[in-house]
Amino acid sequence: MTNIYIESVRMAWSSIVSNKLRSLLTMLGIIIGVSAVIALVSFGYGVRSDVESNISSLGSNQITIIPGSDNGPGARGAAGSMQSLTYKDYEAIKLLPNIDLVAPLVSKSYTVVNGNKNWQTTVYGATDEYMEISDLTLQSGRYWTDEEYNKRSRVAIIGQTVATNLFGDESPVGQKIRINNQPFTVIGLLTAKGYSFMDQDDRIFCPFTTVQERLLGITYVNSIVVSSENDDALSQIQTDVTNLLRTRHRISAKDDDDFTVRNSQELLETMESTTQTLTIFLGCIAAISLLVGGIGIMNIMLVSVTERTREIGVRKALGATYHMIIVQFLIESVTVSVAGGLIGILVGCGIAKLIPLVTSMTTVISPLPVIGSFLFSVIIGLVFGIYPARKAARLNPIDALHYE
Amino acid sequence: MMGADNMEAKEVIRLEHIGKSYYIGKQEVPVLTDINLVIAKGDFVSIMGPSGAGKSTLMNILGCLDRPTRGSYILNGKEVANQTDDELAYTRNREIGFVFQSFNLLPKLSALDNVILPMIYGNVFRNERVERATKMLEMVGLGNRINHMPAEMSGGQRQRVAIARALVNDPSIIMADEPTGNLDSKSTREVMEIFSHLYSMGKTIILVTHEDDVASYASRHVILSDGHISQDFRGALS
Repeated sequence: MTNIYIESVRMAWSSIVSNKLRSLLTMLGIIIGVSAVIALVSFGYGVRSDVESNISSLGSNQITIIPGSDNGPGARGAAGSMQSLTYKDYEAIKLLPNIDLVAPLVSKSYTVVNGNKNWQTTVYGATDEYMEISDLTLQSGRYWTDEEYNKRSRVAIIGQTVATNLFGDESPVGQKIRINNQPFTVIGLLTAKGYSFMDQDDRIFCPFTTVQERLLGITYVNSIVVSSENDDALSQIQTDVTNLLRTRHRISAKDDDDFTVRNSQELLETMESTTQTLTIFLGCIAAISLLVGGIGIMNIMLVSVTERTREIGVRKALGATYHMIIVQFLIESVTVSVAGGLIGILVGCGIAKLIPLVTSMTTVISPLPVIGSFLFSVIIGLVFGIYPARKAARLNPIDALHYE
Repeated sequence: MMGADNMEAKEVIRLEHIGKSYYIGKQEVPVLTDINLVIAKGDFVSIMGPSGAGKSTLMNILGCLDRPTRGSYILNGKEVANQTDDELAYTRNREIGFVFQSFNLLPKLSALDNVILPMIYGNVFRNERVERATKMLEMVGLGNRINHMPAEMSGGQRQRVAIARALVNDPSIIMADEPTGNLDSKSTREVMEIFSHLYSMGKTIILVTHEDDVASYASRHVILSDGHISQDFRGALS
C-alpha cells in the first residue's frame, strides 16, 4: 500500500511547479505579510534596545530632583520653573544614608562664540561628583582644579559637537571662547558619548560656582542628581529625599510637593512599556497584511478550483475520493503558504539586516516573530485552503467532466 | 445450452428496472424508464439512439458516476445502486475504465503520468506503476511517446493514451463515450481497431455512439429511445 498523503504532496508539488506564475502570485501576499511582520517587529525591538542602552548609559541608578511647577492661583507653570531647590537642600541630601554621590546642577542655553563662529548650546555648572555620576571622561585636556572651582574661574570643558562647530579640526584645549560675552578658557575636551534622547556631546561643563554666580547670578539650583551603587535602595532614597525636602520646605500634609523626584529605574520601565506598545502596534499592522495575504491565497485557490473543474472531474472519474481531492487541494495551499512563509522569513530578515546599514536605526531579530509569523502562514494556508478544497472535493464528477 | 449457462454465470452488468429522473423545481422529468439490461463478460456492446434518448444518463449510471433514481444495478455481483460517493469512487477506480470523447487527459502531465494516475488512486506500489503504465502505452502503440505531453500529440494519439489509462487498473468494463467524436476517419479506424483487439482479448466494452460505422465494430447493439430500450440485437446493423 502507498500513502495517499505522500501522493497528494507529490501531486500538489507538481501542480505548483507547473503553474509557477500563479504560485508566485499566490505566495506574494504571504511573502509580504511575513517579511513585514519580521522587519517591523525587529525594528520595534531595535527601538527598544536603543532606549534601554540610552537609559543605562545615562545611569540606571540615579534619582533626579527638579523644582516643581508654580502651583498658586492662575496658570500652572512648567515643571522646574520654580526656584525652590537650593544649595542647602543639596547639602542636606548629602547626609542621607545609602547615597554614594550627590551633585547640584545649574544650566542655561547660551550662544557660544569663537572668533567669527558661534554655536547655540547648553552650559552646565557642575561639580566633580556630577562628572563622576554621569561618567564623563576627557579625551584631552584636564578637569578644573579645586582652586579654580573655589575661585569661580572661567574655565570650560566642551563636548565634541561644540568643539567641531567652534574649532573645526583645530584642538580646542587652551583656546578662548566667549559665553554670554565673558571670556572662558577651554581646558578639556570630553570623550564622545553619542546620542541618547539628545546629543550628549553638545554640552559645555564649567564649575558650578562659576555658572551659578558669574553667568546666571542666581542662588537656587536647577536640579540635584543622586546616585547609589545599590539599585534596590533607590526607592528608599526617593522616599527619604521626598520627606527631607517636604520638611525643609515646610510643606504641610495637605499641600503638594514643590519639587519632583525622578527615578531613572521608573523611567526605564515607562520607556520599556512604551516601546513594547510600539512593537505590538507595528506587529498588528503587519499581521493585517498577513491576513490580507491569506485572503489572497483563498482567492487564487478558488479561481484555481474553477479553472481546474475539469481536472477534478477527471480525477474523480478515475477513482479519487472526496478525501483525496480535499487533501490534494489543502496540501497545495499549505505548501504555497509555507513556501511563501519561508521566502518571507528570508526577505524579512534581509530587510531587518539592511535597515541598520542604510539608516541610523538598529533592529533586533528575535525568534518569536520569525516562528510566529511562519506558523501563522501555515495556519492561513490551512484555514483559507479549506473552503476552496471542500468546494473542489464536492464537485459532482458528471458536471465537472462536462465543464467547459 | 451449456453456452447460455456460461453466459449467465459470467454476467458483468445486470440492470433491473432502472429509472432516472431529474427534478426541475418540483416537476419530475423522467430520463430513463425501466431499463433492464444484462451484459455478459467479454461482450462488445454499442448503445445508440437519437439525442435526448438517455444515452449519456445510462452511461453515467453504468460508469458509476451517477446513481439511478430507482432500480437495481449489480456490477460484478455487487449492488452499486446505493453506494456512497466514496464507494462509487472506489468502484470506478477498480471496475471501470473510461474513454471520453474529449480525451480528458490532464494537460500538465505526460502521457506516462496520465496513465499512472488511476494507479495512484488505486494504491498500486510506486515501482509497479511505471512498469504497468509503460506496458499499456506500448500496447496502444505509443511506446516511443511515453514522455510526451498531451499537447504534443495528435487527437488519435491522445485517445490511445486515454485507452491505456482506462486499461491500466485492469477494469471489468471499458466505457467509451463517443470515443471517436473528435477524431478524423484515420484515427477513428486506429482507435476502433484497438477496441476490436481488446474485445478479442476478452475485455468487456460498452460503446456509446451515434455513428453506425463506429457501432458496427460492436457485436451487440442496444438502441434507446425515449428513456427505454427499443431494440437489443446481435449482428449487423440494419
